[in-house]
Amino acid sequence: MRDVAVVGFAQRQTMEFDGSPNCVELLVPILAELWQQTGWTKDDIGFWCSGSSDYLAGRSFSFVTAIDAIGAVPPVSESHVEMDAAWSLYEGWLKIQTGEADSALVYGFGKSSASPLRRTLALQLDPYTVTPLWPDTVSIAGLQARLGIEHGRWDERAMAEVVARSRTAAADNEYAVLKGATTVEDVLAEPLFADPLRRSDCAPVTDGAAAMIIAAADSPRFRSLSLSTGGAAWITGFEHRIDPIGLGSRDLLRSPSAHVAGVAAGASSVQLAELHAPFSHQEILLRDELGLADDAVVNPSGGALCGNPMFSSGLVRIGEAAKRVWAGEVDRALGHATSGPALQQNLVCVMDASTGRATGGRA
Amino acid sequence: MSKQLAAVVGVGQTHYRAKREDVSMPGLLREAIDRALQDAGMTFEDIDAVVVGKAPDLFEGVMMPELFLADSIGAAGKPLLRVHTAGSVGGSTAIVAASLVQSGVHERVLTVAFEKQSESNAMWALSVPVPFTMPVHAGAGGYFAPHVRSYIRRSGAPTEVGAMVAAKDRQNACRNPYAHLRNEGTTVETVLASQMLWDPVRYDETCPSSDGACALVIASEGAIARSGVENPAWIHGQVMRSEPLAYSERDQVNPRAGRDAAAYLWKRTGITDPLAEVDCAEIYVPFSWFEPMWMENLGFAGDGDGWKLTESGATALDGTLPVNMSGGVLSSNPIGASGMIRFAEAALQVMGEAGEHQVDGARRALGHAYGGGSQFFAMWLVGADKPS
Repeated sequence: MRDVAVVGFAQRQTMEFDGSPNCVELLVPILAELWQQTGWTKDDIGFWCSGSSDYLAGRSFSFVTAIDAIGAVPPVSESHVEMDAAWSLYEGWLKIQTGEADSALVYGFGKSSASPLRRTLALQLDPYTVTPLWPDTVSIAGLQARLGIEHGRWDERAMAEVVARSRTAAADNEYAVLKGATTVEDVLAEPLFADPLRRSDCAPVTDGAAAMIIAAADSPRFRSLSLSTGGAAWITGFEHRIDPIGLGSRDLLRSPSAHVAGVAAGASSVQLAELHAPFSHQEILLRDELGLADDAVVNPSGGALCGNPMFSSGLVRIGEAAKRVWAGEVDRALGHATSGPALQQNLVCVMDASTGRATGGRA
Repeated sequence: MSKQLAAVVGVGQTHYRAKREDVSMPGLLREAIDRALQDAGMTFEDIDAVVVGKAPDLFEGVMMPELFLADSIGAAGKPLLRVHTAGSVGGSTAIVAASLVQSGVHERVLTVAFEKQSESNAMWALSVPVPFTMPVHAGAGGYFAPHVRSYIRRSGAPTEVGAMVAAKDRQNACRNPYAHLRNEGTTVETVLASQMLWDPVRYDETCPSSDGACALVIASEGAIARSGVENPAWIHGQVMRSEPLAYSERDQVNPRAGRDAAAYLWKRTGITDPLAEVDCAEIYVPFSWFEPMWMENLGFAGDGDGWKLTESGATALDGTLPVNMSGGVLSSNPIGASGMIRFAEAALQVMGEAGEHQVDGARRALGHAYGGGSQFFAMWLVGADKPS
């Protein structure tokens, strides 16, 4: 495998957009930020890949106009996944591994506020048997949270602790849309929203976009990088898996896909993890499935509970973890992304401060 | 860094129909997948990862259907990627699946592309008004007809060339048991007598709307050596290029993204004279005139000369460069799968498994797909011989 590092990352998150910018307007300033971080231009990018959703945009081919943000000519080597941009990062990483490209710029975008998100996401379920009942995202998460309480895996206080810690941590995150000190008592005082979930147990509906540049160490172009952000975060473990969707046949207290991906990527040895847990109890569940060390720092950015821009939130988690490696705060960090109802699909990206591949990960 | 070799070792297709009411989405996909696995001599247990492709989710009315399809397509517990690059998606999906093997990450990858557009309303799905974007409520034919008119004006092509393509492809389709349209007796005259839909595109020069799926199994050199597969379709080169829908001086008749992609592919595969060195091609022709247009875009003919290849019979099944031996998109068009069908049919040719529409001695074949407003291009060149 080629040594590949995350060398640039930019994001925007908001709960409301004045003037309703389109995806190009969202992306152009973010890409400009990446050029500033790396000293590179469009010409330095060997492969492009984006993640977005037609249903979120309420139209077909929502990614088509996004390439306007890249520029017209020359045409680019480009692809798109109808997934969180974390998976477009995976495709970019693959392309570099084939040797066809030495660098990749990946991005994701979405306006969750354009429709009732929880209802839109109900369209991800089995269309013949489940969707006609319209079980929405929050209700499904509520079933999962209730099950955990009944089985003694967590309680409402433990969930509130996740919320309070996340909001407090987000105080330093300029991109978080919900932030600032919150106590467990504050959270528990909230009325129930989807029993046993309170509003603060659920990620806010967030619009946003994120973009990232990765590059291979063995390429001449790598040496032309001028990193204003300080450094590189080397991808040393990169894995993703999916579980069957069936809500009636799955054990909702497990996420086998997260577990297998975490083991394969080397999650147990990270010092810090940014987990894509859109509901408070899911952070607890993911911690177990990924086998994180007890002293691992989780979601120092505040995590998805403080900002969850659909289709870029997973990439944001990887970017936030990379920034901690760049800053020298930790030697090994993990970014995680999830998709589908109740943690059905999961991706784990482990990053190191050095290129040495001494982890259990395949990369 | 040179990449790992990869080859197609299994191909599976469904029968294409306007409405496949006999199967659900999982059933449709399994029809193609089961055939591909059988062709490869494998089961789900042999597969390391799955890559799914389809065009807009609004075509079926399901958001990210790969999530509910995960277990029925054998992806449970495995990595699953979902590609969407508009009409080129079937080709892009095959390329992403091949990348999984070429990167050295996986040994055996299953990829499937589909569209079951009868479960929703494709015209509606393409006509949702979008803020900031000029609506084109003309359907795909209305969008592309001006490009065709422009091509005819620029090249001076005789107006019956489009009908020649349509007659050829529809006759080829009669040799393909999976084809949707099997119109015996289609001739240049009957095509010219069909109704004008979007001048100059007639009804019989237009692709149908189909339900269907196509699946491939792609394996590494090592996995092939350990298998019983004796006729893999080696992937010699592959490419994707994209450009915006509109920019000043954009040439929509001969888009730069397509030209750049083809030039890259020929360079990567060491081909200096594509017309002489490629044995046959499955190219994405949803409206008949796109055959001569893409002949030029792909470098098989010079500017303004693409129609001469068609007119001379060079692109017929017994010509020097047979094009769309399977009947092409003009005869079967499950949109999300149409690109992969092109890639699969190219593979079948070099595997020698194309049945009645086999080109004798095909050693190198092109698979091609495009999407959006002629913005997204995906191509691969497969060969019977291992790339040197």
